[in-house]
Amino acid sequence: MSGIRDFFRSIGEGWDALPQNAKRAVGVVLLVLLILLPFAFTAGGAFIDNATKALAYAVMALGLNIVVGFAGLLDLGYVAFYALGAFTIGWFGSSFYAQVNHGKGIHVGVNGVVSTLPGIHFNFLLVLVAAVIVCAIFGVLIGLPTLRLRGDYIAIVTLAFGEIIGRVAINGDSLKPFGYAVTAGRQGITPIDSPDLPGLSEFGPLNLRPWYWTALGMALLVLFVNFRLRDSRLGRAWIAVREDEVAAASMGVPLVRTKLLAYATGAAFGGMAGAFFAAYFNTVNADQFEFSFSIFILAMIILGGLGSIWGVVLGAIVLSYINTYFIPNTFKSLPHHLGLNFDLTDLSFGIFGFLLVIMMVLRPEGLLPERRRKLELTEGIGAGDAELPLEVTAP
Amino acid sequence: MSDIAPQTVPAPTAEVPPPAAAADGNGHILEARGVSKIFGGLVAVDDVSFTVPRRSIVSIIGPNGAGKTTFFNMLTGLYKPSAGWIAFEGKEITRARPDRILSAGMARTFQNIRLFATMSALENVMVGEHARMQAGLFGSILRVPSVRKEEKVVRERAAEILDYVGLRKNQFEQMSINLAYGDQRRVEIARALASNPKMLLLDEPTAGMNPNESEGLRAFMQTLRDDRGLTILLIEHDMKVVMNVSEYITVLDHGEKIAEGKPQDVRGNPRVVEAYLGKQTGE
Repeated sequence: MSGIRDFFRSIGEGWDALPQNAKRAVGVVLLVLLILLPFAFTAGGAFIDNATKALAYAVMALGLNIVVGFAGLLDLGYVAFYALGAFTIGWFGSSFYAQVNHGKGIHVGVNGVVSTLPGIHFNFLLVLVAAVIVCAIFGVLIGLPTLRLRGDYIAIVTLAFGEIIGRVAINGDSLKPFGYAVTAGRQGITPIDSPDLPGLSEFGPLNLRPWYWTALGMALLVLFVNFRLRDSRLGRAWIAVREDEVAAASMGVPLVRTKLLAYATGAAFGGMAGAFFAAYFNTVNADQFEFSFSIFILAMIILGGLGSIWGVVLGAIVLSYINTYFIPNTFKSLPHHLGLNFDLTDLSFGIFGFLLVIMMVLRPEGLLPERRRKLELTEGIGAGDAELPLEVTAP
Repeated sequence: MSDIAPQTVPAPTAEVPPPAAAADGNGHILEARGVSKIFGGLVAVDDVSFTVPRRSIVSIIGPNGAGKTTFFNMLTGLYKPSAGWIAFEGKEITRARPDRILSAGMARTFQNIRLFATMSALENVMVGEHARMQAGLFGSILRVPSVRKEEKVVRERAAEILDYVGLRKNQFEQMSINLAYGDQRRVEIARALASNPKMLLLDEPTAGMNPNESEGLRAFMQTLRDDRGLTILLIEHDMKVVMNVSEYITVLDHGEKIAEGKPQDVRGNPRVVEAYLGKQTGE
C-alpha cells in the first residue's frame, strides 16, 4: 500500500525535477514510440484492437473529465453523447437513408465503392466535425435547463436525459419527422462506411493500424484541448465554480454560461469518440446506449483521478484493458476453475464496482491525483456551500 | 406565511417610486428603496431604504441576526428582494445576476472568507479579473496572441494588486488555504479589487483581527477611497473602526432600519442603544 504510494510519489517528484527540455524530449520520444507501436504487432491482431479501444475510451473519458473533473458537474448521462455521435455517423456515413436523392445518394469527399452507394456518405473527417457540432448543440440544449440546478440535482437530471436518448434510439424507427426514420431501432444501422483518410492505408477489419492512428490522433487532440483549457481563463472559472459557486458568481463568473461551456465541450468529445466507435464496430447498435456506459466512463476518471488529465488517460486505459482483455481472456476460465458455470463478462460491472470500492478505501483521490482535488477530498472543500442557496436568475 | 407577513411587508412597489426616479445626478452611487426579504415566514429585511453617496465610507451595523448580510446579499444579487428596488449608478439592479452586478462595478468580500481554497493567491485574484477578460473557448484552446497577451497582463496586474494589499511576494503562489487568516482577508480584498470596481462591499472585514490589524485595515479603507476613488460600504462589529472610518451609519435591528446618520448622531440614538443593550425598564 505505502509502497504503491511511494512509487507514484517518486515518479512524480523525479518528473518535476527534470528540466523543461528533457521533459519535451521524453514527450517526443514517447510520441514516436506510440506512433510506431502498431508495427510491432500483427495488423489485425488483438493488441492493436485493444489499444485502439483504449485510446477511443481515453477520448471519451477526457471529454467527461472537462465536465466532472474540471467544472465539478456530476454528469451521469454521458452516454447520450456517445449515442448522438454514433447516430451522426449513422446518418451521414452509411446507406441508412437509401431513398435520399432518388436512391442515388449524396456523396461528399468519399471515393471508391462508397461513392456509388445510395444514402448520405460524408468523408469521415467531416462526420467527426458534424458529430462534434451535433453533440455540442445538444449539450447546450440539455444543459440549459439542467445546469441551473446544483450538485446532486444535476446528476439526476443528466441521468434522465441519458435514458431519454437511449429510449429514443431504440424507438426512433417509428419516429419520422420528415418522412425519414430517426434511427433503425433495435435492428441497428449497419454497415457504417469505413473511414477514408489521406495518408492512411485502407481501414478494414484485417488492417487495424489506421484505426489505431486515428484514435491516437483524436486522443492527442483532446489531450491538447484539456491542457490548454485547464490553464486558461475558462479553466480558472471552472475550478472557481467547482469550489464555491457563490463566490465565483460574486467575482463575475457567469454560472450558467461557464457550466454550459464545460458541458458542451465534454459533449463534443463524447460525440467524436461515439462516431469513431460506431465506425470501428461497423454498427450503430441502439441497445448499447445504456446507463452502465455512463458509469463505465465515469469509473475511468474516478479511477485515474478526477480532474487529473494524465490520471484520466491512465484510468481509461486500465479499465478499457480490464474490459476488453483481462475479463474476456485472462480470467475467463476463472469461474470454471472454481467449479462455477457462468461467463465472467456477465459480471463486468460487478468487477468495476468492486474495483471502485477498493479504490475508495485505498486511494480515493485516484491513481494519479490532481493536487487540488486531493486537497478538496482531505479538507472537504466545495461540498459545504449549501448555507447560501444562490437564487440564480435567467441569463 | 401570508398570515404573518402582511402587516410588516408593504405591497411591492405600491408607494415606491419607479427606478427611473433614481437619478445618478444627486451624487448617490447606490440607492435602495423599500427593500424586503422574506424567507418562508421570517422577515429578514423589512422595508429598508437607504442611499450611499459617491466616494463615501458607509457602515451598516446592528446586532447579530439584524439582516445585515441578507441586505448585502440582495445588493450583490445573491438573493432576490421580495419587494422594493435597488439602483446602482442610476441603473436598476434589483434582479440582476451577481456577475452582472460585479461587471457594473460593485464587488464584495464575505463574512466567512470564501477564497477558492486550492487556488494560489495569484489565481484567486485572476478569477477576480474574469469579468474584465475577453478570452473565449476557442481563443483559449488555440492560445492566440491576444489571449496570450491578456493572460500575461492579467497575471502582472494580479501581482500588482496583491502587492498593493500588502501580501508578501513569496506568498503569491501559495495555495490560499495555507495562508494565515489575515493574509486570506487581504487576498479576498485583492480579489474584489481585481475587477476594478467603483464600489466595494466588505462584510465584517476586521473579524478575527487584532486591534493593530484592524487599525491597519481602517487606514487602508481610507486610502482606497482617497487614492482609487472607491465608495465603501461595510458591515462591521468593531465600533472603534465603525466610528472612526464611517461618514454615515445605518443601523438595522430585526430587519428594520432603526437609525441612520453621522456617527455622533447614531451613537447617542436611544433606539440604537436599546437594540444593542436591551430596553431599560428601571427608570
